[in-house]
Amino acid sequence: MQFDSISAFLDMGGYAFFVWLSYGVSTFLLAALVYSSHSNHKKVKIKIAQRLQREIKLRKAAEKNSANAETTDDLNSVVKDLSKNSNKVVS
Amino acid sequence: MWKWLHPYANPEVSYHFVGKLLPWISKITIALLAIGIVWALVFAPADYQQGDSFRIFYIHVPTAILSMSIYMAMATAAFCSLVWQFRLADASAAAMAPVGAVITAIALFTGAAWGKPMWGTWWIWDARLTSELVLLFLYLGVIALHNAFEDKNLAGKAAGILSLVGVVNIPIIKYSVEWWNTLHQGATVSKMSAPSMSMDMFWPFVICFLGIAMLVTFVICIRFRTEILSRNGMRPWVRTLITAEGTK
Repeated sequence: MQFDSISAFLDMGGYAFFVWLSYGVSTFLLAALVYSSHSNHKKVKIKIAQRLQREIKLRKAAEKNSANAETTDDLNSVVKDLSKNSNKVVS
Repeated sequence: MWKWLHPYANPEVSYHFVGKLLPWISKITIALLAIGIVWALVFAPADYQQGDSFRIFYIHVPTAILSMSIYMAMATAAFCSLVWQFRLADASAAAMAPVGAVITAIALFTGAAWGKPMWGTWWIWDARLTSELVLLFLYLGVIALHNAFEDKNLAGKAAGILSLVGVVNIPIIKYSVEWWNTLHQGATVSKMSAPSMSMDMFWPFVICFLGIAMLVTFVICIRFRTEILSRNGMRPWVRTLITAEGTK
């Protein structure tokens, strides 16, 4: 133990301002870094989850459309043509 | 010989491996920092010339050393990514840059707050201080380049070239106190021979150094995982992971 009392500890041999400023700013910056890294990780996960939800929505809408199209032959052939073309693109 | 390392080039394996390490790293970090800071502030003796202002040393020197180590690690990762096109090396370089920037800023700030009572000035354009400031700007440049392109491969290449060019600054920082007349003192702890300080000052320094190094590792691991997720967002394993874990 280098200090006799709490007030001597806080005074830091007359260098209180500089010592506590250094330790304070360092702690603040490191804490901010840890916090922002954590929240950034969460944000990226939320972004991916939102995109997944949007995809599910779009797929459902597409299924609905194709179900409606089956009732009319004209649309049905259009969908067939489209799916043929998309197969070509994929392969 | 290096075959055991190959599975870790897979983003999924790396993501889960780092995730398993994280709780351990955080525990070790908290333990080391708690011991180190109390030791440095309360139990370490005051310097016979500098008095208690010397306690700034326990943050200033570890962060200054780490600012250069992180840069070398980042440049090594950038080199691996440029030469062998390891995608994960790019992700780790992108994860290291902001951490290095914060550590360099802390080294500069604590240096200023130590310089004011000891040298009588917050800042002086001397070789050591200026080259360390250039290091901060290099980090900021690398971060800016990583965020400047939508295409992460292109961004990684541009940032990687900048970080490789910037390596020339590292020996300049390291030897600035020997090459030029400077206000900054020479090395005390990072010498090849025994450190030129008393052991009851040296051990708290070692603990503080390891504590801050572990904290840096911890943050880099978190950011590395974030980079992996954002770069592989379309992959099936990320989809199953997000659906299973949610966004916690």
